[in-house]
Amino acid sequence: MTATKRPAGNGRLLRLSEADNVLVATAPLAAGRAAINGGGEIDVLAPVTLGHKIASRPIEKGEKILKYGVPIGSATENIAPGAHVHVHNLQSDYTPTYALGETAWGDKDA
Amino acid sequence: MLEGFPRNDGRKGIRNHLVVAYLVECAHHVAREIVHPYRDDGAQVIGFPGCFPNDYAQKMMERLCTHPNVGAVLLVSLGCESFNRFALEQTIEASGRPVKTVVIQHSGGTRAAIATGREWVCGQLRDMAGAKKVPMDVSELVVGTVCGGSDGTSGLTGNPAVGLAFDRLVDAGAACIFEETGELIGCEGIMSARARTPELAAALTAAVEKAATYYATLGFGSFAAGNAEGGLSSIEEKSMGAYAKSGSSVISGLIKPGDIPPRGGLYLMDVVPDGDVRFGFPNITDNAEIVEMVASGAHLTLFVTARGSVVGSAIAPVIKVCANPQTYANMSEDMDVNAGRILSGTPLAEVGQEIFDLTLEVAGGCPTVSETLGHTEFILTYKSFEPIGPACLPA
Repeated sequence: MTATKRPAGNGRLLRLSEADNVLVATAPLAAGRAAINGGGEIDVLAPVTLGHKIASRPIEKGEKILKYGVPIGSATENIAPGAHVHVHNLQSDYTPTYALGETAWGDKDA
Repeated sequence: MLEGFPRNDGRKGIRNHLVVAYLVECAHHVAREIVHPYRDDGAQVIGFPGCFPNDYAQKMMERLCTHPNVGAVLLVSLGCESFNRFALEQTIEASGRPVKTVVIQHSGGTRAAIATGREWVCGQLRDMAGAKKVPMDVSELVVGTVCGGSDGTSGLTGNPAVGLAFDRLVDAGAACIFEETGELIGCEGIMSARARTPELAAALTAAVEKAATYYATLGFGSFAAGNAEGGLSSIEEKSMGAYAKSGSSVISGLIKPGDIPPRGGLYLMDVVPDGDVRFGFPNITDNAEIVEMVASGAHLTLFVTARGSVVGSAIAPVIKVCANPQTYANMSEDMDVNAGRILSGTPLAEVGQEIFDLTLEVAGGCPTVSETLGHTEFILTYKSFEPIGPACLPA
């Protein structure tokens, strides 16, 4: 089930499962064109830091966010391809996520 | 072949610590002062802060004071607390360990209690220095795993690498424990499919459902601000990463804190209290989880961190696996394993092998970085559990 692909090429965006609608940044990424590990490219809309996610395709409000091939919550708004997917547009289907406004967006070196 | 310190119950220790245990917060200072001159000689402080009686705390302290890594115990009581020091002393004595109780109110106060305690500790440490080791097999090891300060890298590097090491340890006959059912929310279906029996599968699912209900009542998931800083957006996303630590072995049983695995295999520890929400958050911090696995006999713990935890533990060494390469670059002196290099192309299997090899080295006596730095964190708070049911440990 968690048939994860490990980064093997130069791509800085990791697709963990074919079913996923998000990609994971394996290094800090600037806005602009970025390679997807295993093939393809996408326009990253705003800088994201290591470990954060971007949408790999358009995601509609209410749609499940899929990572590792399983739902990790639901979209609270329509999300464009390449946009940051995080606590501002994804909500848990279980318990609310606690974050500090000062830190939730990741390291400043992104 | 490993070597361990033999104990009367048949278990063997990979360390030989003398623990000084305070039985109420009011005795904590005296315990700390007794240990201070001997902290580099294997003496450590553990304890329970509360003055109200609690069956869970009593059981935990009995298990911890008779842990295979413990060779002698000094109990420090204020005198008027509710903790049953008599029962605890009897349990330790019956285990064959040297034990003494210092009651501060019967000893003339702080200064005299410290002096009495130090004299006993000094003598015991001298005796313990000559302790003989005997051959020990990997199958006699109990290993726990925990993750703390997780982020978006944890589920890609450190947690699956520990999962591979867990698979190797289980294959070698060791007992391996994973836990924090509140961080398995969303994984209950795939996890239960690995249970040895359908009845155990139902118990595993019920444990996670209990955790979901418990945390929902509290209004927070098992999720800290730093998790979001590092890219995790929900408890179920964090859970998928945490779950990877369990590897891919069949799950042999479900235990609760202080229950000792009856044989080798992979065990889930149900850490969320039974009944109504009574004493607050199940585990207020990572060390509370580590203490519970130690109470269940864990000789050592594999701790995956990404934001950068620095902790170790009293009684049982902690191997810190750093999932995030930026964190490793920033605080490598606090980390035993750099799993973040998986993101730059190192095979997962290579890091898994490194963790397995290091587990055996640490079991053989090699100190972890947190041991070298003097970390001996310990925390124990109130909880309430029902005993596990018959489906939890299928024969």
